Amino acid sequence: MKYVNHESVVKRMMNRLTINKIFKAIFFFATLFALLALAILFYRIITQGIGYLTPEFFQNFGSRFPAKAGIKAALIGSIWLMFVVAPVSIILGVGTAIYLEEYAKKNRLTDFIRMNISNLAGVPSVVFGLLGLTIFVRALSLGNSVLAAGFTMSLLILPVIIVASQEAIRAVPNDVREASYGMGATKWQTVVKIVLPSAIPGILTGAILALSRAVGETAPLIVIGIPVIIQFLPTGLLSQFTALPMQIYDWAKRPQHDFQFVAAAGILVLMIFLLIMNSIAIFIRNKFSKRY
Amino acid sequence: MVQSLENGSNTRNDTSSIVYNTQQLNLWYGNHHALKDINLQIKENEVTAIIGPSGCGKSTYIKTLNRMVELVPTVKTSGKILYRDRNIFDNDYGVEELRTKVGMVFQKPNPFPKSIYDNIAYGPRIHGIKNKKILDQIVEKSLRGAAIWDEVKDRLHTNAYSLSGGQQQRICIARCLAIEPDVILMDEPTSALDPISTLKVEELIQELKQDYSIIIVTHNMQQAARISDKTAFFLNGEVVEFDNTDVIFSTPEDKRTEDYISGRFG
Repeated sequence: MKYVNHESVVKRMMNRLTINKIFKAIFFFATLFALLALAILFYRIITQGIGYLTPEFFQNFGSRFPAKAGIKAALIGSIWLMFVVAPVSIILGVGTAIYLEEYAKKNRLTDFIRMNISNLAGVPSVVFGLLGLTIFVRALSLGNSVLAAGFTMSLLILPVIIVASQEAIRAVPNDVREASYGMGATKWQTVVKIVLPSAIPGILTGAILALSRAVGETAPLIVIGIPVIIQFLPTGLLSQFTALPMQIYDWAKRPQHDFQFVAAAGILVLMIFLLIMNSIAIFIRNKFSKRY
Repeated sequence: MVQSLENGSNTRNDTSSIVYNTQQLNLWYGNHHALKDINLQIKENEVTAIIGPSGCGKSTYIKTLNRMVELVPTVKTSGKILYRDRNIFDNDYGVEELRTKVGMVFQKPNPFPKSIYDNIAYGPRIHGIKNKKILDQIVEKSLRGAAIWDEVKDRLHTNAYSLSGGQQQRICIARCLAIEPDVILMDEPTSALDPISTLKVEELIQELKQDYSIIIVTHNMQQAARISDKTAFFLNGEVVEFDNTDVIFSTPEDKRTEDYISGRFG
C-alpha cells in the first residue's frame, strides 16, 4: 500500500503552482506600492522645492516672506544639535550595552533592565519631550538651549542605540572571548581588542539610524519650546537655536501658498543631511570591516 | 616509568614534579553535581589524558584547572586545586595570572578574526610586550613550536580564517605557546579535525611534552592510548581510575574502566 498517489499529485500540481504565482504577485505589489508612494513623494518634493534651493536659501535666516526665507539658522542649529547628541548618546549607549552584555551578572534584575530598555524604545517621543522639559529645561535650568535639546534627544535615542549595540555585541561568538580570557586577558582587554572590533559595524549602523531619527524628530523640540524664527546662529551650548524639522513644520503650516515650496526645499535639505550622515556611517563601517 | 599514583591520595610522593594537585574537588552547575570528590595529581612534562563518556565531567574538570568554568554563572566549587602548591581558588590568586601560566586549546579552532601574526602576538601584547622585534621573534618561535611556521611564514599578515581547520587549530596552539605557559590544557583539540590534521596535532603534542605539561581531554580512546603517559577515566563526575596509560589500556583494575575501554558502553 502506497500512501502517495502520484496521479492525484500531478492533478493538484497546476493548482499549487497557481497559488504560488498569486502570492508572488501579492508580495510584488506590496513592494511596488511602497516604492511608488516613495517615488511620488520624492518627485513632488523635488519639483516643488528645487526652485528654492538657491545659495540665498542657505544664507538667509527665517522670514515672513517666502522669497526671503532661508534655512541657515535651522541647518546650523541641527548640526550643533548633532554635536551634542552623537557623543552623549553613543558613549552612554555603547557603555550601557557593554556593561549589560559583558560585565553584569545574569540575574533577574539585569533581565528586567534589559526588557525595559527595549520597552523604552517604544515610548512616544513627545513623552521624552516632557521629560526633557521637566529635567533639563526647568530643573537644571538649561532653558531651551542646544544642550537641553541635545540631552533630550539623546535620551530619546539611547534605547535604540543600547539595543542595537547589545545585539551587535551578542553576535560576537563566545569562543573568541574564551580564547582571549584563556590567555589571561582582562575583561576590558577582551572587550576592546576582541569584542568591539567585531561589533563596531553593527553598533555604528544602529547609532546612525538612531541619530537620523534624532535629526528628524519634531515633537520633543516643540515640547521643550524650541523657537522657530531665530535671527542668529548658536554661539555656545547654552544658546537658543532652532532645528530643521522645527523650521519645516513651521513653514508647512503657514497660510501663504509659496511657503509650501519653501517647506519642500527644507525637506530636501533635511534629506541631504540624512544622506550625508548615512554615507559617513557606511564609510566608517567599511573601513572597520576591512581590518579583518 | 613513574610509579602509579592511585587517585592522588598518596601525599608522600615527591611533590616537586607535581603541577596540579586536585584535592576533594566538587563542582555544581546550579543543582547539578558535576564533579564529585576529585583527587588527581598531574605531573610535569607528561601528557595526561582524560577519557570518559559524554557528560562525565571531563571537560568541566579541565576548564576548572584554569577557572574558565566560572564563565558559567551558576557554578559553585568546593575543595582545592593546588597549582604549583598554590590553591587556585584563593581570593588573592587572580584568574588572569593563572591563565598566563596555564594555556588552553579549545575543541573548535577559535582564532581571532585577525591576521595570523596578530593572533600569535595577542597574548604577549596583552601582557605588555610592545617591542616589534621581540614580538616578531615570539611569533616565529611559537609558529615553529606548533609546527606550522613553514606553512604560513609567507603570509603572516593574511587573515587566520583563510587557513584550513587543522591549520587554524595549530595556530591556536601556537597562540597558546606565545605566552610561554607552564601547562597546556587541551579540550578535545582534534574532534573537529580530519584524520591527517589530527595526526599532525598528535605528533605536535608529543614534541611539546618536552617543554610543557599537557592535559588533554579526548573522546578518542586510541588517541589517549597513542599520546598520553597517564590516563584518567571519568564516569558520572567521578574519577574511576587514574594510572599509567599502558596499565589503563591493558590491565585496568576497575570493571567499569575495562567495559568502557573495550567499547561495551559510552
